[in-house]
Amino acid sequence: MADAKVELIDVHKEFPIRAGEASAVRAVHDLNLDIYDGEFFALLGPSGCGKTTTLRLIAGFEQPTAGKILIDGRPMHGVPAFYRPVNTVFQDYALFPHMTVLQNVMFGLQMDRVPKQEAQRRAVEALELVRLPNAMNRKPREMSGGQQQRVALARAIVKRPKVLLLDEPLGALDLKLRREMQLELKEMQQQVGITFVYVTHDQEEALTMANRIGVMSSGELLQVGRPEEIYESPATRFVADFIGETNFLNGTVNTTDDEYAYVDVNGETELAGMWEDSVKPQQQVTLAVRPERIAIRPYNEAPDDSDRSARAEETNTIAGHVVSVHYMGTDTRYMVRVGGGQAINVRVQNVLGQRTTSFKERDAVILNWGRDSTRILTH
Amino acid sequence: MAARVTTRSEHKAGGILLALPALLWLGLFFLLPLIIVLIISLMSRGSGGSAVLPFTFDQYTRVFDTFWIVLQRSILVALLTTAICLVAGYPLAYFITRRKTAFGRQFALFLVILPFWTNFLIRTYAWRVILGREGLVNNALLNAGLITEPLTLLNTEFAVVLGLVYGFLPFMVLPIYASLSRFDHRYIEAANDLGANDVTSFWRIMLPLTMPGVIAGCILVFIPAIGTFVTSDLLGGTRGLMIGNLIQNQYSGNGNMPLGAALSVVMMMVVVVALLFYARFGEEKK
Ligand SMILES: Nc1ncnc2c1ncn2[C@@H]1O[C@H](COP(=O)(O)OP(=O)(O)O)[C@@H](O)[C@H]1O
Ligand SMILES: [Mg+2]
Repeated sequence: MADAKVELIDVHKEFPIRAGEASAVRAVHDLNLDIYDGEFFALLGPSGCGKTTTLRLIAGFEQPTAGKILIDGRPMHGVPAFYRPVNTVFQDYALFPHMTVLQNVMFGLQMDRVPKQEAQRRAVEALELVRLPNAMNRKPREMSGGQQQRVALARAIVKRPKVLLLDEPLGALDLKLRREMQLELKEMQQQVGITFVYVTHDQEEALTMANRIGVMSSGELLQVGRPEEIYESPATRFVADFIGETNFLNGTVNTTDDEYAYVDVNGETELAGMWEDSVKPQQQVTLAVRPERIAIRPYNEAPDDSDRSARAEETNTIAGHVVSVHYMGTDTRYMVRVGGGQAINVRVQNVLGQRTTSFKERDAVILNWGRDSTRILTH
Repeated sequence: MAARVTTRSEHKAGGILLALPALLWLGLFFLLPLIIVLIISLMSRGSGGSAVLPFTFDQYTRVFDTFWIVLQRSILVALLTTAICLVAGYPLAYFITRRKTAFGRQFALFLVILPFWTNFLIRTYAWRVILGREGLVNNALLNAGLITEPLTLLNTEFAVVLGLVYGFLPFMVLPIYASLSRFDHRYIEAANDLGANDVTSFWRIMLPLTMPGVIAGCILVFIPAIGTFVTSDLLGGTRGLMIGNLIQNQYSGNGNMPLGAALSVVMMMVVVVALLFYARFGEEKK
């Protein structure tokens, strides 16, 4: 790709055996990834999956065991961290405790031998950008977590790096502040136009902030795509499970056509779903469907036209019994046990005056949802 | 039982009571001797070097006139010793903190304090064997044909500094080690990330943040070094005479007690200056 800012080619990282460990830790495995100019890229995955290691490989704090890393088209092999055109916002900020906020922000510019006056002017600008114009002479320890976070951001951004690496930068903040900062960060990224590589284990954060998301698990990159792609067509069971809530139904393929596979889930009901990896009849597969895509109605009632899946021939329909009901404020969750014993979670939004039917435990119900909301997963 | 709130004044009274043994100890064994030394330093020399009336400033005049050279040499030797200990001790402490395992660190620290297991006097005597005209160093150099005449190593200021560095290096290494092991190496990564190479990172980040250990180490080396008399006596001969030897001489044989006291007071002033320096720069960085 011509406009890839960061290219990771077959990158491997193994840590040597430490005392008390049986084998070397394979932190990153076979990683191939292009990050484009100006995009907000989120690296998403559970703790310990290799996100930080990937970021440290790009920053130059770790050297890959095998593979190549290019930044701006230049191979980074043998280039020490202090020569790389990237800057990092560390998870715990790592602000220099013996320097004031202004000195912290000016540090990187001094390393570039920017004249003092200009360095000061740019540092003040950066602090204004992160909305901290009045804290310049304070020491980091005199500031709140959110303020320190802003200083760390200003310190990294003031150098106008080609790529900004952020390692769970909002992880230490409380929920409300985190939501605010998410919006601000996103806005700022668009404003300055710097490529962001943003590490997080919070799928919601990744979905709301990123242009593209890479989902990692156990050192491997499972899927890369736009948030809606990742959410709507997860490539694996892990991705579907990690991003949002998903129902999984095991079954056996009966037949397939160009778009859909028809899967027997309990010996009597056939459900259809879109396949990505080709599937054959008799193959064991998993059907994935999001709880909020499923409509629920009493067993003896015909589907009404306002239902999300109006045309009966394009919907999956299955009967079951309500096992549990959870009222959650904005929505109500039902767990429904269907024939064959598998359970399906259903989420119904509570909209005032629209649908007053609610269900109790042991009610017989019919569930239906669109085929296009159903994925066939093979692994 | 009624709840009872202890008042502030009760706390205060209790605090003083608790501190009383320590205060008595300090008063009896620190303050009182200090005052006695001060008074003696202002008296005249009697027969056999004893202190007699009348009061006079004569001893101080002599200290600054006759013994100024020795005082100067003592300060210089102590400063040099401190500087060498610092330059050698900091990397050593760094090396120890960078050991991968706890065992590695503990073993290295153990090696640093191992010399303390032998008497200081004996260790200093050993240096005489090493540095003497027919000592190990000269023999080795002669045998290797690098020199034709034995070098004069013993009874020089060089030998004194060497002995002092050898003796006091652990006092430098241990506090710096303590500071360095609290130092978070992610600050170095942050500095690298912002474009600082390792040398710049050391001067701008690591050294300032470990300054309390450096200052403490310097004080712990400087104070005993300036008062030394064993090392300078054994390794320095007449050329390595230090203020500690002068003081010792005044109190033995045909000495001069008031002069010894005056020398002690002056030496103490130097130490106080060093401590003020510590209070000014060592505490600030916490
Ligand atoms: N310096 C290291 N030495 C040994 N193992 C490491 C080191 N850094 C990370 N690891 C291991 O590599 C794996 C990935 O770690 P990391 O990249 O920090 O994950 P994440 O940031 O996604 O939580 C983990 O199993 C971790 O224990
Ligand atoms: Mg991490």
